[in-house]
Amino acid sequence: MIFIDTLLLGISSGAIYSLMALALVLVWRSTRVVNFAQASQAVLSTYVGYEITMRTHNYWVSLPVAILFGAALGSSIDLLFMFYLAKKVRSGPIAEIAPVIATLGLLGLLQSIIGLIWGNSFLQYSTPLSGKGFTFGNHTVPFSPQNLLIVLATALVLIVFGVVFKFTNLGLALRAASFQPEIAQLAGIRVGRIRNIGWAFAGAAGAVAGAVITPTSVLSPNSLDLLLVSGFIAAVMGGLDSLVGAVIGGLVLGIGFAFILQYVGSSVTFLAGFFILVIVLLIRPRGLFGHQLGRHA
Amino acid sequence: MSDGLVVENLTVNYGAIRAIRNISFTVSANEMVAVIGANGAGKSTLLKALSGMIAPVSGSATWNGISLQKKRPEELVRLGIVHVSEGKSVIPELTVDENLALGGLWRRDKLDVSAALRDSLNLFPILATRLAQRADSLSGGERQMLAIARALVSRPKLLLMDEPSLGLAPMIIDQIFDALNHLRNQLGLAILLVEQNAVSALKIADRGLVLNLGELVKSGSSIELLGDADLRTAYLGF
Amino acid sequence: MLKRRHSPLQRGGFLLVCGVVLLVASNFVDELRSYQGAQVAVYLVAISSIILLTGYSGQISLGHGAIMAIGSYAAALAFTLWNFSFEFAILFGMLVGTLAGFILGVAAARLSGPYLAGTTLALAVGLPSIADQFKVLGGEQGLNFDIGDPPGWIKKFEGSDFTQYKWFFWLMAIVALFVIWAITNLLQSSYGRNWRAARNNPVAASLAGINVVRGKVLAFTVSSALASLAGALFGILLGIVTPSAFPLALSFTILTGAVLAGVGNLAGSIAGAVVLVAIPEFSGALATHLGSSQKLTANLPGLVTSLLLIFVVLFKPEGLLQKNRAKSIKQLNS
Repeated sequence: MIFIDTLLLGISSGAIYSLMALALVLVWRSTRVVNFAQASQAVLSTYVGYEITMRTHNYWVSLPVAILFGAALGSSIDLLFMFYLAKKVRSGPIAEIAPVIATLGLLGLLQSIIGLIWGNSFLQYSTPLSGKGFTFGNHTVPFSPQNLLIVLATALVLIVFGVVFKFTNLGLALRAASFQPEIAQLAGIRVGRIRNIGWAFAGAAGAVAGAVITPTSVLSPNSLDLLLVSGFIAAVMGGLDSLVGAVIGGLVLGIGFAFILQYVGSSVTFLAGFFILVIVLLIRPRGLFGHQLGRHA
Repeated sequence: MSDGLVVENLTVNYGAIRAIRNISFTVSANEMVAVIGANGAGKSTLLKALSGMIAPVSGSATWNGISLQKKRPEELVRLGIVHVSEGKSVIPELTVDENLALGGLWRRDKLDVSAALRDSLNLFPILATRLAQRADSLSGGERQMLAIARALVSRPKLLLMDEPSLGLAPMIIDQIFDALNHLRNQLGLAILLVEQNAVSALKIADRGLVLNLGELVKSGSSIELLGDADLRTAYLGF
Repeated sequence: MLKRRHSPLQRGGFLLVCGVVLLVASNFVDELRSYQGAQVAVYLVAISSIILLTGYSGQISLGHGAIMAIGSYAAALAFTLWNFSFEFAILFGMLVGTLAGFILGVAAARLSGPYLAGTTLALAVGLPSIADQFKVLGGEQGLNFDIGDPPGWIKKFEGSDFTQYKWFFWLMAIVALFVIWAITNLLQSSYGRNWRAARNNPVAASLAGINVVRGKVLAFTVSSALASLAGALFGILLGIVTPSAFPLALSFTILTGAVLAGVGNLAGSIAGAVVLVAIPEFSGALATHLGSSQKLTANLPGLVTSLLLIFVVLFKPEGLLQKNRAKSIKQLNS
């Protein structure tokens, strides 16, 4: 029984990490940037959704609004910020890490702005779905209807974007623009626009993550930070190029954490995460499903 | 006459170096013009300036009267100008058919894209056998063919060919040059062919431009240039 | 700019003079400034570790806060458990940190960019919490690291009102100046050049005979030595070493300081360190001026830091102090 419970706990938290990881992979695949600001973008979108639930008392209405806002926010950030950054910083020691630092700065900026508008106290994003686990007989498993929504949302995001990337022209353009932007340009692809769409997608995915995860705990400017870290670890473990890898990485991390939490103790879970990651990367330096290094033109 | 490619007094820098100085020439439809000269003469830079990768310092370039100035590469592709270079046309991480599809992504007329794809594969049948393979698993010659094939999917009017024979075996070079011939004769394309291999280039081209240290030192019909012994020893090294 | 053209001896002389000036000046400032001065010194050492690792060797670490924690805890353990004197405790902290850095560096050499970032991030998040697992590390209460009053001979020399904070400042400022001297020499030497060459173009570098992997591991190891030194000093400054002193935010703060300094620019690290210490004070004052609501005081420091960071990355990637951007980038890439 404990084993099943732990497994379910692992799956529900793993799905959460996967969703975050998916958003990070989406930005990476479209733009080759790790977007640390994802956490605050998602949280901001969630605050918007929260405002909608406060006004309409309808969780299901707030979801698409939050998602649309997330997409618009992602697109705006790209237009105002990343585009400018790419033009300005081309060389020098900071060139590789400049986007990372920039997104870290953006993370802090958005969080501060959220704090200035809404304050830092914990808010509750209410959902009609119960947070109590399903009961079988007289045993309650640590897996609630909201957890089910999270798993379904993860699956949906994975399938939708997986299909887009693999089977649509837009997906091909996104991939081409992220692998070799110059070659894509010479093939007639408007890489600026394509990258913008990638950011919009990632923003939407982050908003989905925030909107379904936040009801299970609290809403505050920092509430998704730790999740971002876990999501990032999951994405790296799965291979930053792979949507499937993001999900598998998230599940591995979630289940791993749950079992370690149960059988060892809470204080070593994150360190265990570190070791899991190191072991995976030592065997496959590009992650479980990452692209192998090919010859470059 | 404002038809075709008209370049006037073009000057282009490559970093701190003045790579192209005051060059003027034209290329019309149905015509292949070879650009030859020693390494470092500025040949590749010329193509980069014409395809929008580098902004010229001064001078002008127009295609059918439309200025190429200040346009991004993706806009120039829409005008029908395609830069073909083995290093800049093929994305190694994508498969052959994905690479081919890239050429048609910007186009609205999807039916014609399919037709163009078929035409490309007819021109280079070997690619049809490799559609699902990753582009980085292709041989050098096949990659060059892929580059040209992908360009054709865009239904170009002007091809900027960047050293297609580089690193290839003579038999493959023949195949590719035959294809270029076909493109000029049957499809009526204008082709600006930058080549190290001066003799082979002049043999299929109508005219030639000889660059040395960024300047246009000689131009004329290929027959003239091939017969010019001084030229050969001075600039072409043989 | 003094740094580039001059010999180690000249540099040493210059820094010695700076040191004397600082020490004398410390007599004229209050306790708060002494404490802040010591903070600046600690940040200086930490920032230099990032400049070496990222600016010169091109490796990114989001987990140097964890390495500081290792140095800090090791030093505190040596001090409280095994009764080392504080000097040897610091050295012990450095030793343990260096060893950890070496191991980490070996693993890191195979990783690049975001993969390395992810791994170091995982370390930063995972490490501090193990203090709860092992009793000897003191759990949430932490370990005591109070090195007591300044030694007798200083009190005789400077007067009996020589406080603990002033003592900290003297100690840490001297260490920081020594670190600047040593690291500048290291970065100007062939080691520094090799690191830059390997960072700019690893293939070309290895063809030129540089052992890229060995260089990366060395860079990580030295960088960890510095970070653990900073950690040990940090622990002394706090007087107590707890897990909550090393949150993820610390790693980000050091990275921010390095960016403000200009990641390839050791001279700018002073500016970076000063700014890091100044921001909380400045934004606290600003918040009070603007009405000191709860929202303002909580969020203004973060806002200022983030804006500054974004500003520097976009407009002054060479760092706050540099005047000629193109020149400095060219220098760094040579």
